[in-house]
Amino acid sequence: MTLLRRGGAPPSGPEPSGPGSRPPVGADQERLERRQTRFNHFDLKVSPYLFISPFFLLFAVFGLFPLLYTVWVSLHDWTLLGGNQGFVGIANYVKLVQDGKFWNALYNTLGIFAIATVPQLLLALLLADTLSRRIRAANFWRMGLLLPYLTSVAAVAIVFSQLFGTQFGLINYGLGFFGIDPVNWKGGTYTSWAAIAVMVDWRWTGYNALIYLAAMQAVPKDLYEAASIDGASRMRQFWQITIPMLRPTIIFTVIISTIGQMQLFTEPVIFNGGGMSGGTSGQSQTVMMLIFEEAFRFNNYGYGSAIAWTLFVLIVLFGLVNTLLSSRIKGAQ
Amino acid sequence: MTTTLTPPPAQRAGRAAKPAKAPKGETGVREATPLTYIGLSLALLFSAFPLWWMFVIASRDSAAAAARPPFLLPGGNFLANMERLFANSSANFTLGLINSALSSTILAFSVVFFSSLAGFALAKLKFRGRDAAAVGVVITMAVPVQMGIIPLLMLMGWLGWRGDITAIIVPFMVSGFGVFLMRQYCVQAIPDELLEAARMDGCSTFRIYWSVVLPALRPAAVVLGLLTFMTQWNEFVWALAVLTPSNPTVQLAINQLNESAFSRDFSLMFTGSVVATLPLLILFFVLGRQLIGRIMEGAIKS
Repeated sequence: MTLLRRGGAPPSGPEPSGPGSRPPVGADQERLERRQTRFNHFDLKVSPYLFISPFFLLFAVFGLFPLLYTVWVSLHDWTLLGGNQGFVGIANYVKLVQDGKFWNALYNTLGIFAIATVPQLLLALLLADTLSRRIRAANFWRMGLLLPYLTSVAAVAIVFSQLFGTQFGLINYGLGFFGIDPVNWKGGTYTSWAAIAVMVDWRWTGYNALIYLAAMQAVPKDLYEAASIDGASRMRQFWQITIPMLRPTIIFTVIISTIGQMQLFTEPVIFNGGGMSGGTSGQSQTVMMLIFEEAFRFNNYGYGSAIAWTLFVLIVLFGLVNTLLSSRIKGAQ
Repeated sequence: MTTTLTPPPAQRAGRAAKPAKAPKGETGVREATPLTYIGLSLALLFSAFPLWWMFVIASRDSAAAAARPPFLLPGGNFLANMERLFANSSANFTLGLINSALSSTILAFSVVFFSSLAGFALAKLKFRGRDAAAVGVVITMAVPVQMGIIPLLMLMGWLGWRGDITAIIVPFMVSGFGVFLMRQYCVQAIPDELLEAARMDGCSTFRIYWSVVLPALRPAAVVLGLLTFMTQWNEFVWALAVLTPSNPTVQLAINQLNESAFSRDFSLMFTGSVVATLPLLILFFVLGRQLIGRIMEGAIKS
């Protein structure tokens, strides 16, 4: 790339290092040129680093440092008011392993993840398959399905909390027509999981459908033609061609869902009226809510950090396992 | 591994979905059946209903949510509810709106600026350690830094930013996702000859960025700006940790209504939800097509 090596004298001027026949331009012009050259040299050398430094600086200060410092804080008895009360080793982690609230929160988080993600991705695949037909007003349907993705999370969580109300919720009203007694959605573990999973899926299904749709459109059409000549049914084509061809995209969406779902916070908090405890018996308290409760409600930074670091490790592990499993399963076909 | 961008084949993406389809699927694309439209209509109904319900209840009185059979059309109480909403002293809605609008707008511009600056350098300038830096950006994207929330809050205390919207702006002024996006787009959308020509004209590197690169990045910049605005507008955990109800964002103001004794007053809460959602909906209707084009183009490349 020559543009980077260019010395940089003004295009109209002569080269300063040119042979002795220097034109009579005067000392001013010459000094100006030399300064220009020096600036250009500096510009070429330093500008790239200046350009990328804001990102790395901000990441180091507000991303990496807090993350690593979490480990340090988690090894101490550390509170908001008392500050650092001394090194306690792995005491916070021992407490964590014995803490029923932690296991309960982890159980809730994984449970909501499972009952939200599986139907969400299947539904998204189905929708994408539907959208991939030759339909009228394609953009209208796409925008309509993307609408939930672009709405305020807390606002919609409020609406859903009302819809899932025991007495006045429309969902119980609708179920009443089928002879089902009013469900106390907030009260039970699995019912509150279901309500929260619906909120999550409402928001993300359309978004994932669009991603799958794009991937489906990129699948070479002759694959399908060859398959139908061979007499493969639509169903078979879907499972034998579409799904394997979408493998990288599916892995991508699963990883993104994992990272997001493990930190699930806003929906369950709003669903519980702004409280961190996840209901009377913690039936819908997620790990992120527990971190928040311990650290910022009980001001126990040390223990909160131990939970946060554990969740961090779990997210990373979970992401890796997901990647491995997804490629293993699909690779076997 | 994440969404990437391809440059639009000259304006095609935004304008027309139909011409875009034509060259692709003469043979392979299946025709729609009535069942297709029924399925799509159901999905659309499911997508839109909670929002519609929000508008219906926000425009009626506080007993409306309990009415049986339920109201399905808006009433005439929306302005009165708005008045009650902004008069509510515990929610601080006006301040919340200002804080959210301000922080989201500043961040949209700043993330676009710093991300495109870094993306340009990583894509088009040659310097030592460039490849390592590019890999570094991708790695940062996979790290859930949100788990550092406790020390981050302590850091805000040391800086004296707790309770101030500086705390929800400065740490997020550039994102790894943004840098990555802009780098991809730079690689594909900006020919080296263009930069070389500018260099020949004596432009400094920053001048080249400002007058040549940035204008060429506009389509990607619009989408990154929109996504950043949206993310910041929706931010909840961090705002809840670092801000106070006396100086909230709009999400915290909603949460305040939800937490307080007003929480049975659904028309008030839903009016708050409408106010919090409306700016995003307006942005979506203005820029939604570009966003769809971008999400879909990005997906193929992942």
